[in-house]
Amino acid sequence: MIEVRVFATLRQGRDKVTMLPSEGITNAADILHLLHIPSEEVSILLINGFHQKPESPVKDGDIVALFPPVGGG
Amino acid sequence: MEPRYERNLPALTEEACQILRKKRVLVVGCGGLGGHIIDQLARIGVGFLRVVDGDVFEASNLNRQLLSSVPLLGISKAKTAADHIARVNPDVAVETAEAFLSESNAESLLENCDIVMDALDNIPSRRILAAACEKANIPYIYGAIQGWVAQAAISMPGDHLIDTLYPEEIEITDKSVLSFTPALCASMQVCLCVKLLTGLPVETGTISYFDLLNQEFEQITIV
Repeated sequence: MIEVRVFATLRQGRDKVTMLPSEGITNAADILHLLHIPSEEVSILLINGFHQKPESPVKDGDIVALFPPVGGG
Repeated sequence: MEPRYERNLPALTEEACQILRKKRVLVVGCGGLGGHIIDQLARIGVGFLRVVDGDVFEASNLNRQLLSSVPLLGISKAKTAADHIARVNPDVAVETAEAFLSESNAESLLENCDIVMDALDNIPSRRILAAACEKANIPYIYGAIQGWVAQAAISMPGDHLIDTLYPEEIEITDKSVLSFTPALCASMQVCLCVKLLTGLPVETGTISYFDLLNQEFEQITIV
């Protein structure tokens, strides 16, 4: 399983933590697609605590964290 | 030690307070983040502030911008910031630029400054400011807010934090900001600034992320 944690406004309509079967998932972009999250709505993408890109590989047992962009002041 | 700085002690040493009196800080933006940043830097005793904003106060600023008030609607934010500093701490030297940051003025605005405070409200301007800091080899204290969320970080030359956080395709449509969010973010930015300027240990390459709605705090390794 892959544990996916979403933060702030990405929780609207989604659970805080989602466990996804790893079958068929090769990279973080696959997770965004499964959770219906457009890539432009993700600013920080962590895989096991390290910032990565959507095309970065994920595997069974990984923890993925997704944060939306924050840009005001 | 002057009475106005007595309560800085012993949290800061006298030597640290004296160091701050010699430091020069650029604050780009005098709105939500900038109002609190300018107020806190003046009170703690930074020696010089250059405050930059080409905007004037409008009614939609009143819910969160510390320096805004009904009588000041239509008045320059940068000039108001300078007036505020003079009332809070007349020992602080101030330079005012009633202008928006651009590629053409960024280099001159950074001139002779030790550190830059990001109090901007949009991503294109952050890219300009971060690039100018990189070129001038000056640390950049990042802060950004939205709704209930605040995030702040130190970006040292070579970190390229803004490029990492805001790839070209990023899109932000939510313009909401609540009254307490800029205060929290600005406080974190000023804290990081003071620590960096006085030589206290700081953590770089990480973002402090606050989600006030869900009462969550994360320290995220990003660089």
